[in-house]
Amino acid sequence: MTKDIILAGVGGQGILSIAAVIGTAALDAGLFLKQAEVHGMSQRGGDVQSNLRISDKEILSDLIPYGKADLIISVEPMESLRYLPLLSKNGWLITSTTPHINIPNYPDIQEVILEIEKLPNHVKLDAKGIAMELDARRSENIVILGAASPYLGLEYAWLEKAIATIFKSKGEDVIQKNLDALKAGREVAENSRPLKIT
Amino acid sequence: MQRMLLLGDEAIAQGAIDAGLSGVFAYPGTPSTEITEYIQQSEEAMEGKIRAEWSANEKTAMEAGLGMSYAGKRAMVCMKHVGMNVAADAFINSAITGANGGLIVVVADDPSMHSSQNEQDSRFYGKFAMVPILEPVNQQEAYDMIRYGFELSERFRIPVMVRITTRLAHSRAGVVRKNVLPQNELSLPGNPRQFILLPANARKQYKGLLRTQELLRDESDRSVFNSYYEGKDKSLGIIACGIANNYLLENYKNGDFPHPLLKIGQYPIPKTLVERIYDECDEILLLEEGFPFVEEMLRGFLDKGKPIKGRFDGTLPFDGELNPNLVARAMGLEDTSGMPIPDIVKARPPSLCKGCPHIFSYNALNEALEKYSKGRVFSDIGCYTLGALEPFTAIDTCVDMGASITMAKGAADAGFVPAVAVIGDSTFTHSGMTGLLDAVNDNSSITVMILDNATTAMTGMQKSSASGKIENICMALGVEEEHIRVLNPSPKYHDVNLGVIKEEIEYEGVSVIIPRRECLHLAARRIREEKKKKERETVK
Ligand SMILES: Cc1ncc(C[n+]2csc(CCOP(=O)(O)OP(=O)(O)O)c2C)c(N)n1
Ligand code: SF4
Repeated sequence: MTKDIILAGVGGQGILSIAAVIGTAALDAGLFLKQAEVHGMSQRGGDVQSNLRISDKEILSDLIPYGKADLIISVEPMESLRYLPLLSKNGWLITSTTPHINIPNYPDIQEVILEIEKLPNHVKLDAKGIAMELDARRSENIVILGAASPYLGLEYAWLEKAIATIFKSKGEDVIQKNLDALKAGREVAENSRPLKIT
Repeated sequence: MQRMLLLGDEAIAQGAIDAGLSGVFAYPGTPSTEITEYIQQSEEAMEGKIRAEWSANEKTAMEAGLGMSYAGKRAMVCMKHVGMNVAADAFINSAITGANGGLIVVVADDPSMHSSQNEQDSRFYGKFAMVPILEPVNQQEAYDMIRYGFELSERFRIPVMVRITTRLAHSRAGVVRKNVLPQNELSLPGNPRQFILLPANARKQYKGLLRTQELLRDESDRSVFNSYYEGKDKSLGIIACGIANNYLLENYKNGDFPHPLLKIGQYPIPKTLVERIYDECDEILLLEEGFPFVEEMLRGFLDKGKPIKGRFDGTLPFDGELNPNLVARAMGLEDTSGMPIPDIVKARPPSLCKGCPHIFSYNALNEALEKYSKGRVFSDIGCYTLGALEPFTAIDTCVDMGASITMAKGAADAGFVPAVAVIGDSTFTHSGMTGLLDAVNDNSSITVMILDNATTAMTGMQKSSASGKIENICMALGVEEEHIRVLNPSPKYHDVNLGVIKEEIEYEGVSVIIPRRECLHLAARRIREEKKKKERETVK
C-alpha cells in the first residue's frame, strides 16, 4: 500500500493539522511516512503545500514525482488546481469550494469550479458551510479530511483515534467538534459518488 | 528504541541532545530555525541545562560555540547558508585552532531559494576551511551523523560541518533514537597555545590541519556514510550526494538498480571510492543538491577525462534543487507529469498581514518622500521586505542583513540626500549597529527607521535580541537624543508620524525613527498564552 498525497491551501488554513492527523493514523498503523513542507513565509498569506507519502515499504524521496500523486487534498479551490501537474491520471482531487481571496486578480470562482469539474475524479464540498452548520468554524480542514478519508487507504477508526490524540490538549469539546466535522465530510464523499469504502 | 516522527531539523536536534550536547548557538534562518527551537522546547534539554537561547547573529553564535568547545564541552552552531557568510571569519579560523570538546556547525542550504537571497552551497566553505563535512541522506542519518560528528570532532580535534538542504530540513520521517550520552566535564585543551592564533602558533596549527587531511580522507573512504553499490551495467556509474540518492532510487522502486552507485555522505570526497567508480565505468553521472561541487573537481580544469554528465553539461539544470523527475530525465527514463496548471490559476505571493504595523510605517514614509525623486529607501531582510510589493513599492534595495544602513550611508556620502534606511529590530542588532556607528562617526545624512515589532517575525517569531534596548543602543553609538523618535505605526497616528518622518528626513545628520508596535501574530500568541496561564491557575 502506498499513498502519495499533496495537501494544498493558503498559509493559516490548517493543512498541517490535516497532515498531522493522517500522519498519526499512519504511524499507529505501523506504516512508513514522509511529509515535506515549505516553511518560512507561510503565515503571510502565500500558497502552501505539503507532500505527504505513506507506505508499507520504506519511502525514499521526500518529494512526490510529477504525475504520481494519488490525491490532492485542498482547503482552497484555486490552490487545488495549482498542483495538477503532480496528480496521476487516476488520482483524486478533493477540495473545498470556498475561495480565499487575498489577491486582486483572483479568478471568477465559477470558472475555478468548472476547471475542477473537468477532472474525472473529484469531490468538491462547501467545507466552510458544513463546518458552520456544525458550529465548528475552525474545523473546515477536518471536514475536507473527512471527504478525503475514503481514498486514504486508512481505516476510518484510525483517523478518529488520531483526532482524539492530536486535539487532546484542547479538551473533549474540541475533539467532538472535529469528529463531527470528519463524519460530515465523509458523508459528502460517500453521497457524491457510489464507491467501495476501504 | 523509540521511533519518533521528526523533521530533518528536529532529528539533528534530538541527535545532539542524545549525544551529550551542552549548548546550541544559533541565529534564526529558514530552513535551519527548527533545530534550535526544538532544543529550546525539549524537556530533556531543560533538565540537562542545555544552553539554547538565540544569539545576536551567526558570528557571535559561532564564536560562542567555539568557546564552549574550548572549555571541553560539546557545542552545536546552526545557521542558514547565508549565515555562514556572517560567521565565516570565526568558522575558517576555528579550523586552524581546532576543537577541544566536539564542535558541530550545521548549515542549511536553500537551493531554489524558497526563502533566501541566493542558493550558495556551504560545502565550499567546508572545503575552504578543510574540515570534514557530513551530508545526510535522510532524517535517520541526520540523527546518527550528529553523534558520529561529535566523536569525529573530538578524535581529530577539528570542527565538523553538517550540511543539509531545505527538503531534508523540512520533511518529517520516522527516526529511531539511540541511548543518551552524558555531557562532557569541563576540561581545557591539552595544548595551552592551541587557541592563540599568533602567526608563530597559527603556522604550527595550520601545518597540523594540513597533516590531518590525509587522515580525514582515509576516514571518508572507510565511512559508513559513503557506500559503494556494485551495479552490473558499467556503461554508466553514478555518484550521488546526500538526498540526491533518494531521487535516483525513487525511479527504481520496482527493481534492482542496474549501475554502480557511489553514495557520498562524508567529505573530504572519498578518493579511493571515486577512483574505483571512475575506473570501472565508461561514463559518470553526478547527482548533487546545490552547486556541482564534486562534479567540478572530478572534471578538473581541462575536463579531458572520461565523459562526465551533470549540471555543467546541461544533463541537469545548473540552478535549482533536484527532484525525482529531473533525475529520471538525466537517467534517460520516461518523465511523468499530470495535467498542466489551468491558466486561471494566479500566483499568490506572501504579503504583509492585514493590519501589520509595517504597513503604517510604509504609508507614512511613502507620503513623506512624495516630494523627492525616487529610489531613496534602502531596506533590509525581514517581513518588511514585502514592502517591495504592490501596493506599497516602498523600498528600493534588499541585499544582506544590515546593508540598509550602510548602503544608505554610502549613497548619502555620494551626495544622494535624503537617503532612508529601513531595518527590522532583530536585523538591527544582528548587523545594523556597527553600520550606524560608521554613519555617526562620519555624520552621514541618513534617516534610519528601525521597525520594532518586538520579534523576529519573518522566521516565525523568535525572541529579538533588540527588545527593550534600541534607544539606548542608538544613544550609546552617538545618535543625538533629540533625533531618536519613537512612533506608533497605527492608522490613527498617521498625521503625527508623517510630521515626524518629514522633520527627520530634512535633518542633516543621523536620525533614528523607531515605529514600535507588536507583530499581530506575536500579539495573538501572547494573548493565547496568557489565557492558558490563567486557565491553569484557576484549575489550581
Ligand atoms: C545572515 C542571515 N541570517 C538570517 C537570515 C534569515 N532572516 C531573514 S529575515 C530575518 C529576521 C528579520 O527580523 P526583523 O529584522 O526583526 O524583521 P521582522 O521580520 O520582524 O519584520 C531573518 C532571521 C538571513 N536572511 N540572513
Ligand atoms: S508576521 Fe507580523 S510582522 Fe510579519 S507581516 Fe504579519 S503582522 Fe507583520
